[in-house]
Amino acid sequence: MNNYTLNHLRQLESEAIYVIREVAAQFEKPVMLFSGGKDSICMAWLARKAFHPGKIPFPMLHVDTGHNFEETIAFRDRFLDEIGAGLIARTVQESIDRGRVTEETGPKASRNSLQTVTLLDALREFKFTCAMGGARRDEEKARAKERFLSFRDSFGQWDPKNQRPELWNIFNARHKMDEHFRAFPISNWTELDVWQYVAMEAVPLPSLYFSHERQTILRDGVILAYATGITEPVAGETVETRRVRCRTIGDITCTGLTESTAETIRDIVNEVACTRTTERGGRADDKRSEAAMEDRKKQGYF
Amino acid sequence: MRRTTTPDSIAEFNEEAYLTMELLRFTTAGSVDDGKSTLIGRLLYDSKAIFQDQMDQLEQASTLRGEKEVNLALLTDGLRAEREQGITIDVAYRYFSTPKRKFIIADTPGHEQYTRNMVTGASTADLAIILIDARLGVLPQSRRHGIIASLLGIPHVIVAVNKMDLVDYSKETYDAIVREYKAFSQKLNIHDITFIPISALAGDNVVQSGENMPWYDGPTVMYQLEHASIAADRNLVDFRFPVQYVIRPHLDFRGFAGRIASGTIQTGEPVTVLPSHKTSRIKEIVTFNGNREEAFQGESVTLTLEDEIDISRGDMIVRSKNIPEVTTRFQATLCWMDDDRSLSRETAYLLQCGTRLVKAFVRNLDYRLDINTLHRQEAATLHLNEIGRVEIESAMPLPLDPYVHNRETGSFILIDPASNQTVAGGMVRKTLKNAPAPELLSHSSNNVRWEKLNVTREHREARQGHRAHCLWFTGLSGSGKSTIAKAVEKLLFEEDKRVYMLDGDNVRHGLNGDLGFSADDRIENIRRIGEVARLLYDSGCIVLCAFISPMKATRRLVKELFPAGSFTEVYVKADLETCKSRDPKGLYTKAMAGEIPDFTGISSPYEEPDSADLVLDTQTGSELECVEKAVAYLKALL
Repeated sequence: MNNYTLNHLRQLESEAIYVIREVAAQFEKPVMLFSGGKDSICMAWLARKAFHPGKIPFPMLHVDTGHNFEETIAFRDRFLDEIGAGLIARTVQESIDRGRVTEETGPKASRNSLQTVTLLDALREFKFTCAMGGARRDEEKARAKERFLSFRDSFGQWDPKNQRPELWNIFNARHKMDEHFRAFPISNWTELDVWQYVAMEAVPLPSLYFSHERQTILRDGVILAYATGITEPVAGETVETRRVRCRTIGDITCTGLTESTAETIRDIVNEVACTRTTERGGRADDKRSEAAMEDRKKQGYF
Repeated sequence: MRRTTTPDSIAEFNEEAYLTMELLRFTTAGSVDDGKSTLIGRLLYDSKAIFQDQMDQLEQASTLRGEKEVNLALLTDGLRAEREQGITIDVAYRYFSTPKRKFIIADTPGHEQYTRNMVTGASTADLAIILIDARLGVLPQSRRHGIIASLLGIPHVIVAVNKMDLVDYSKETYDAIVREYKAFSQKLNIHDITFIPISALAGDNVVQSGENMPWYDGPTVMYQLEHASIAADRNLVDFRFPVQYVIRPHLDFRGFAGRIASGTIQTGEPVTVLPSHKTSRIKEIVTFNGNREEAFQGESVTLTLEDEIDISRGDMIVRSKNIPEVTTRFQATLCWMDDDRSLSRETAYLLQCGTRLVKAFVRNLDYRLDINTLHRQEAATLHLNEIGRVEIESAMPLPLDPYVHNRETGSFILIDPASNQTVAGGMVRKTLKNAPAPELLSHSSNNVRWEKLNVTREHREARQGHRAHCLWFTGLSGSGKSTIAKAVEKLLFEEDKRVYMLDGDNVRHGLNGDLGFSADDRIENIRRIGEVARLLYDSGCIVLCAFISPMKATRRLVKELFPAGSFTEVYVKADLETCKSRDPKGLYTKAMAGEIPDFTGISSPYEEPDSADLVLDTQTGSELECVEKAVAYLKALL
C-alpha cells in the first residue's frame, strides 16, 4: 500500500495486536482460550506476531468437551507447537467425573453449556486474571455490546450494566483480587474479515473447514456430523453422506455443517462473501431461545 | 445511484478487491424517536449486510409485536432489557461493508443521560451521523450531538434530516432546518458537515436516491460514508510511539512494542525517549512479516534502538526534532462518567494516557459546559454526563499534545482508585508551564491538598494556640530582609510560637540545588519555595520567607497559594545605592564587575511592590524598629 494507509485487514490486525499486548502488559497472569476454531487460530496467530521475535508470554487454554472432532485435537497440537505456544488442556469429562456438572441425557444432549464450569474451574485453578477469547461482535446480538475488556465479577459473571466505558484506545484493566476480565482482541472482525485475513496471511486451518464428504444427519434444519454415541439419529432421521464443510468449529453436537464445494481458502472467501445466512445460524445452541446467548454470557460463557 | 454491495453471485465478487478496502468508524446519535435504529437497519438491509436467518428472526419478532412491516429497528436493539423497554442503553457495534469500505458503527443512545455513551462512541469515530426529525426541527438534543461531535474532534459530520416522508418531502421544511443548524454549527469545530434529507423508513437518500425528492441532488448517506476523505484526517507529521511492552527474548534483543499513534518513522532517525529525554537512533523496525525501513501511523511494530537506554511501558519514543510538551500541568475538557461519585478535587485519581499511568489531581474546575447551548456555567463539581473545563496536575510528567492535533496523545481517562472505575474521559486543551498561571490559581480551592489530611490545620492551630501564617519578605539584596526575618523568628520562638524561616541558604543547596539563576529557574525557585511554605503553613507554622523575589507576577503567584488573610507581603525597602554600600556579602562588587550575571538591581530588574501589606524602610528605621513593627503586625493576625 502507498500513501501510508492500511487496508481494513491490516488495521484490524494492528488493533488486535494492540489489545493482546495491552492484556499482556496490564495483567499479571493472562491466558488465551483456544478452541481449535478459526477465530481462536487467528487470535493465536496474532499473539505470535505481537511478541515476535519473543515467545508468546502466556499459555493457551483449551476446554475440551470430549466431543470434539478428532481433526481439531490433532490440528491443535501441531499448530500450537509450530507457533511455540504452551498448552493447558482441561476436559469437561473431568468435571463430570468430579461431580462438578451433570451431563444432559437423550439423543440431543450437548456438553456445550457444561464447558462454562470447566472453564471457570480452570481459571480459578491457575489464578488467571484475564482470559482472551476469539469472540466477535458481529456473531450475535448480545455480543454487539461487549467491550474489548469485559469485566467479570468473582463468579465470572458478566453484568451488561456494569461495564467500563472504553474511550479512545485506553484500556482500564485495574481490578481487585478475585475479579477478572475477559478480553476480545478480534471484537471488530466479521466472519468475512477472518476468512480474508486467513487468505492474506496463509494461516493454517484444520481440514474440517474445507469441503469433504462426511456422514451426517439433518436435525431441526441443521446438518450435524454423525458420530457414534454422540449424535445418534432419532426417529425420522437418517444418516446420509453429504459434501460439507464447517463454518464454525465447536462441539460435534452443536456444530452445524454447510453443504459446500469450497476446497480452498479462496473458494471459502468467495462463498462467505456471497452467503445469505450467518455462521451462528448453524449453531444449535443459539436456537434454544431468542436471548440464549445473553443468558449464557451472564453465566460466564464466552 | 443503485449499488450492489454484497454480490448476488460468485461471478460478481472481485476476490482481490478487499485488499484495498479502507476502514471507516462512524457513530450515530439520535433518540429512538428520530429513527436512528431504522436508519442503521436500512443501511444494513440495503447494503445486504443482513443475512437471511437474521431477516427471518426479524420478521418473526415483528409479527409477534403485531407490526405489519418488518421493523428494521429491531435489528439493532441488542439486549433483552432494551427489547423490553424499547430503548437502547449502551454502545452497540455493528458492521457492514461495501466494496470500497468496511464500516464499524458505534450505535449510541441520544438522551442527555447517555452523554457518557455518546462520548464513548464518538471517541474513536471518523464520522458522525446526527439525526434530526423533519417534523420537529432542530431540538436541544440535535445541538447537543453536534457539540459532542465537535468536542470529541470527529472530522466529518452528516446531518440526516429524517422522516421527510412525514412532511411530504417538503424542500421548505428541509431548507429551514439546514439554515438553522448551519447557523448554530458555525460555533463548532467541525470542518466537514453535509446535510441530507432522508426517509429511513422508505429508504430515500439512504443507499439509493429514490424518486421522492427530485429537488435534492446531493449525495446519499451511503455515498457520503464511502467517500468521506478520512485519509487526510490522520496526523502523519508528529511521530509518537507510546511503548506498550518490552520484548526481550534474549540478551541481544531489546525491542519496544507499540502501535504508532501518529506520524511516520524510518530506520536511522534520531529519536528521544520521554519523559527521560534520552536520545538514540532507530536501529530496526521489527515485524513478524520482516523488518521494515519505514513504518507509519496505525501500525503495530517493535522498535529497537542503537543505544542501551532504560525504557519501559508508559514511555514515549518521538523524533528528536519534534518533541511534544512534557508537563505535569495542563488544561483539559473533562466528561464525567461515574454515576456513584462526582468530581472531587481532593481525590488522587489515576490518570491513564495512552500506556502511561500516573496519579493526578483535578486542580481547578474553570466552568461547566451546558452541552445544549455551549454556555459556561460556574460549578463546584461535575456529575455524571457533565462536561467541564479543568486544570489537571499529575504527579509525574506526561508527554502531551493538544487533542485537536492528536486524538491519541491528547486524550486520557481518570480512574477512581477506590472503585477502579473509569470515572472520566478527558481531552487536553493545552499544556501549562509547570508553574501555574496566576489567573488559573484564582479559582483554586483552599482545601486542595495532595492527601486528605486527617488532622486539619485548624486542629493544629487550636492545640498550639495561634494561627498559622506566611510572612514573605521581598527586597533588594542587602536591604535587610534576612536580618529582620531572623530576628522576628527568634522573638516568636521565644514566645513559644511555632515558627520556621526559609531563606536562600537552606533551599538553594538541597531542594533547589538543580536550579540556576536564569529567568525561568528563578521563577521555578520561587514556585517551589511557595509550595514548601504552603505545606509548612498547613502544618500550623508561622513561615518566614526572605527572598529577593523581584517579579510582581511571581510574588502574586505565591500569594495565591494561600487562603486570603494568611499571607503577608513585606517590602523591605532600601534604595539601590544604600544596598550597594552595605553589600554584606560582596555580591554587588562582583556583579558590577560582571562576574554575576542576572543580578537583581544591576543586570536584572527589581519590580517594587505597589501594594505591599507592610513596608519596612531600613533606611529611615533601625533594625529593632523594623522587627517590632513586623511582630506587632503579625500578632494582630494570629
